[in-house]
This record gives sequence, C-alpha cells and structure tokens, in this order.
Amino acid sequence: MTVAFTDAEKPQRSWWRSNQQWLTPWLFLAPGLAMFILYVIWPIFSSFQLSLYDYDGLGTKVWLGWDNYKELFGDRAFKTSLKNNVIWLVMYMLAVPLGLAIAIFLNQTVRGIRIYKSLFFFPFVISQVVVGLIFSWFYAPNFGLLYKLTEMLTGKGTAILANPELATYGIIAAGLWPQIAYCMILYLTGLNNVAPDQIEAARLDGAKGLKMLWYVILPQLRPATFIAVVVTVIGALRSFDLVSIMTNGGPFGSTRVLSYYMYEQALSEYGYRMGYGAAIAVVLFGIMMIFISGFVWKMVRDERGNR
Amino acid sequence: MLQFKKGAVLALALLSGTSAIAQQRTITYYTDYDPIPLAAMEALIADFEAANPDIKVTLQNFDHEGYKTAIRNFLTTDAPDLANWYAGNRMAPFVNAGQFMDVSDVWAANDLGTSLASAQASMTIDGKQWGVPYTYYQWGIYYNKSVYDQVGAKVPATWDEFIANCELFKAAGIDCLTTGTSALWPGAGIFDYLDLRTNGYDYHMSLTAGKTPWTDQGVRNTFAEWAKVQPYITANHAAIDWQDAAALMVQGKAANYVMGNFAVGVLKEGGMTNDTLGFMAFPTINPDVVRAEEAPTDTVHIPAGAKNPEDAKTFLAYMASAEAQTKWNAAVGQLPINAGSTVDTSDPFLSAGFELLSTTKGGIAQFFDRDAPAEMAKIGMEGFQEFMVYPDHLDDILNRLEEARQRIYK
Repeated sequence: MTVAFTDAEKPQRSWWRSNQQWLTPWLFLAPGLAMFILYVIWPIFSSFQLSLYDYDGLGTKVWLGWDNYKELFGDRAFKTSLKNNVIWLVMYMLAVPLGLAIAIFLNQTVRGIRIYKSLFFFPFVISQVVVGLIFSWFYAPNFGLLYKLTEMLTGKGTAILANPELATYGIIAAGLWPQIAYCMILYLTGLNNVAPDQIEAARLDGAKGLKMLWYVILPQLRPATFIAVVVTVIGALRSFDLVSIMTNGGPFGSTRVLSYYMYEQALSEYGYRMGYGAAIAVVLFGIMMIFISGFVWKMVRDERGNR
Repeated sequence: MLQFKKGAVLALALLSGTSAIAQQRTITYYTDYDPIPLAAMEALIADFEAANPDIKVTLQNFDHEGYKTAIRNFLTTDAPDLANWYAGNRMAPFVNAGQFMDVSDVWAANDLGTSLASAQASMTIDGKQWGVPYTYYQWGIYYNKSVYDQVGAKVPATWDEFIANCELFKAAGIDCLTTGTSALWPGAGIFDYLDLRTNGYDYHMSLTAGKTPWTDQGVRNTFAEWAKVQPYITANHAAIDWQDAAALMVQGKAANYVMGNFAVGVLKEGGMTNDTLGFMAFPTINPDVVRAEEAPTDTVHIPAGAKNPEDAKTFLAYMASAEAQTKWNAAVGQLPINAGSTVDTSDPFLSAGFELLSTTKGGIAQFFDRDAPAEMAKIGMEGFQEFMVYPDHLDDILNRLEEARQRIYK
C-alpha cells in the first residue's frame, strides 16, 4: 500500500531552516548595528533634540524651538568659527599635493631610503598634542625659534599666535606637518602599485616629467588621491586638539573652529550651554554630511561601475 | 591544623574589624588639590579623626581642571558628603539648582558670622549661607625691586605716579606692566582692580551682577584709565602664559605684574628673593573711592544629596575653626579667613596680604570669573584681552559685552 504524502505530512522545515538565508547576515551584523545605533545614530537625534532646548546640564530643560539657531546666525563667534573652518578646509588641502611631492621624491632606491621615509613619516606618529606643543614653542614670543628668526631678519619679532590675523594659519601649519606625512604614506603605497609596463610604454612614446606624472602616474594613483582627500577633509573638520593646545581659541576667539566652539559652549569651564552647543554640533554635522554623502556617493558609484 | 587555626584567627580579626567600622560613621569628601594642599588637608583630617574617633573621613582627590566638570556629574548622581568649590557667583548655579545644602545653622551655631565676617557676603545667597570658606589669597602688584632701583623709580601710591614710572621703564626698555593672557584670566585681574579703584566695590559688584550696563560711563572711565597703561603692557601677551610673563619679571625685562599671591612661588623658583621681589596694593586712582581688594575664596560645601549631613556639618564647623585654618594655610602659604587665625609673620607677602585684606573697608571681590556668571566672564575676558591689543576697538567691545549682558542675565 502506498501512502501518498499530503502537504501537511511533508517533512517539516523548521522556521530557522527556511529563514536562515536572509537572517544570518543580520545576526552577524546585530552586535555592530546595536553599537552603531546606540553610539552614533541615537546621539545624532538626541543632540538635535537637545539643540531646541535651553539646558545647563543641571537644571530643567526649557523649550526654545529654533531660538538657538537664530542666535547662532547672529553670533560673531560662530561666524568666526565657520570662517576658520573654511580656511582650514582650503589650506589643509595643501597636504595632498605636498604629500604627493614628497612621496615621489622618496620613491627611489638610494642607500638608507627606508630611514628617510620613516623620518618623513615621523610627525604622523606623534600625538597631535605634542605637535601642538612643539609648534607653540616654535612660535612662542621672546624665546621661540621663529620669533628669534624674524627678530633677526626684520628687527621685530613676530608672535604668530598673538596675532589674530595670523594665528589660524599658524595652527594650520602645525596641523599640515603630520597631515602631509599621512598623505605621503598613502601615496608611497600607491606608487608601489603603479604598473611598470605602462610607464615603460609611456617612456617609449616619449612621455617625460610633468606630462608623465599628469597623464600616466596620477590616473593610476586615483584611489590613493581619493583616500588622501577624504582623510584630509576629515582632519580639517576635526581640528580640535591643535586649537585647544595652541591657543584655546584665542587671541580673543579669533582661532575658534566649530568643534572647539561647541566644546567651549557646552562643556568647558565657562560654558554649560548644552542646547547651544548641541546646535553648533548639528551645524557641524550638516557640513560633514555634505562631504560624507559626497564620498559615499562616489564609492557606491565606483562599486557599481566595477560590476 | 595550624593552618586552620591561623585562618580562624584571621577571620575573627576581620570580623571584629568590620564591627569596629560599623560603629564608625563615614563621611566622603571630594577635593581638587595639588600635592601640597592635599597633604595639608590630609593632616587636618587626621586631626579631625583624632578629635572625633567615631567619624572617618574618606577623601577622594580629583585633578584640578577635571574636577570642574566632574562636580556637575557627581552632585546629581552620587553625591559625597563634602565637596570643594568656590564662593560668589561660582556657587550660584549649584545653589539655585538645589545641589548644595543650606548650612546657615552651622554658621549660627559656631558664630561664624563674626569669625568669618570678611567672607560672609560672598557665601550668602538669598540670606542663607551655603558653605564654609577656609582660605583666600590677596591680589595686588608684584614688582621687581632691582629694576625699580635701576631706573630710579619710586614705589607709586597713585595711578598717576604709576604711569609716570612707566615712562622711566620704557626709556630703559623694560615692560612697565607685564601679563600673559593666553588663558584669559590674568587680564581680568587688571580690569577688576582698575574698576574697583575707579568706581568702587558696589559699582563693580553691580556690573558683574549684570545690573549696570557695560556701555555705562563708569565702565568707560575704567577703560580710559586702562588705555593710559596699555602702551606699556608686554607686547604679545595674548600668546604667553602667566608663568612666561613671570619669567620676564624674573629676568628684569618687566617691572610690575598684577597677580595673585600664588605667583610668589613661581617668581621665587625663578630666582627672586624677598630682597628683589616686592608687593604693593594696587595704586589709588580715584581718591574718593573706598579701597576694596580682590581675594578669591575657596570653600567647602555639603551637597544636597549627602548621605551623612550631620557628621559633614561637624567637619564644616571644624574647617571654620581658627586652628584648622591656621594649620592648613600655613602649610599651603595662603591666608586663613577666620579672624582668630594667625599667619607666618616671617613671610612678607603673607603678612602684607593679611594686613591688606583685614584692613579693607570697601569690600572683597572674588575675581571677575567668580563674581560674574561663567558665560559673561568668558566673553568679558576676551574683550579685555582684545582691548589690551587693540584699544581702538573699545566701542565695539563694550557693545558686544552689553549685548551679552542683556542675553545672559535674563
């Protein structure tokens, strides 16, 4: 007697078995996602919410609506910070071509080249705080090397960090030192991967010097350039430590950047305007989003193109 | 077997130990001391525990700067029984948020209104006292006696004499007045004194309390006096720390320094002695104004969330006593507040400060960043720094401060 299996009697596949295909990746992602939501996504919304209140971290929150933002756009310190952020972004980009130049310079086989390479890379290894300290001594009035040098040349010493017009550039120069090293190392690894046959072919065709660089080398370095630009933009927007170490935002607030101003308003000894600080953070987040979405968009596009 | 016996004895010892602790009540005390004051406080606590064997004080010390942030957290979450803080407007946010306990009963029970009279005003909000002050130090002008001799200048009693001296120093290539405003606050000391001498204590307090507009004529008069000395202030002060400015004075490149008494240690480490370093009260500007001085006061408070406020109050009363204050301040080199305390007479700066403060009729200011709310202090001190670099920005600075005043003191 043959027994026909009815639908119900078919060997049962458990719920897990039938769903594991799509479930497994999510299970593996879950710990990371939970952390990401808890420590990144939730704070974003929470600080946006906080930016609509007046709150000193102790007392009661008072609903303000958009007042913090309105105040922000009439606030001179905020304008200075925003302007300085733009200066940082523009000037910091110098790290990319300078890093490339040093990388090309070092991309040769000479005795002891490894030592030179590590010496050039050295500033990136030391902490930003140390870089800031070294440079503030370099600039220091009365005993700093640069001050003495300008005193010798012009008869009157220039104290870069005491001059509201020059101070920001002085800090950026300090920041460029490790940033150039970073870009250099990115380009050095990139140069290792440049196809020698293409260079040879270009040689045969008579390409030399700048033409060779522009038409043959640089296109092959595009991934390195992309990463170098990304880390430089991020570095410029995070320019907190150097400002804090070298000038505390001074003289009279002329070297503030958004991240430092946010810290000052929300968390420093003279601050504790949590709501206002959160509003600055939201603006900074908005600016970062412009860059981040640009980068993400490019990466997604590249990935699609590769398929 | 022997092993077992040893264990049993140990367990017994532990048991008896815990029972002893159970009878002993504990108070926790959070502080923000550097090593020397910390050692002084530990010595005081040892004395206190000897006198009160049933109370044990657990001290937890914080980094000085980190404490300013930490206190906001621990007051709301896990409050100790005692916490260090500062007098004046600096304690106002905590008092207004109900984080500090009213300790008027300690003041009344120990007659502190008499013994701590000089600091009572700065400890009082809404007619109640919110903590106990135990130390302060004077501000004034520290000067290099050698350069005074070098240019033949006399120690000035009035502001006009001071400015006249500046001419002499300038001719000799010496900065008449030095300061390092990299951290902003040293500039506020100059402003406070100019304002106290030009307009007096009440005006200065009304200004820092936000009741007087910054565009007021009185403020302009203060800045007019400041403008007189501005050309003689160390150039590039905006980029130097107060210690670097002290170095200028040690090297004889600067003559005068408006500073608090804590600078003496730094100046002496640099090589100055009681023979080369002098102290004077800030000179008189307006002779009709009663002399007022500046002396930031450090205090101890009981947080509202304290678990053992009764014993904490016993400790507060002890901290207010003449003996405790004499001992602590002698170790640290600052001035006790209790009128019955004594100071080391062999230290000319301490004796001068004690004399200066105990004879002050006009009142004792706390310092700009303690008298004014934190936010106003920050904006104000930036304005002072800017004025010392660009005195022609005065109108702009005052308008900005006035805008801030209207926003901050609602």
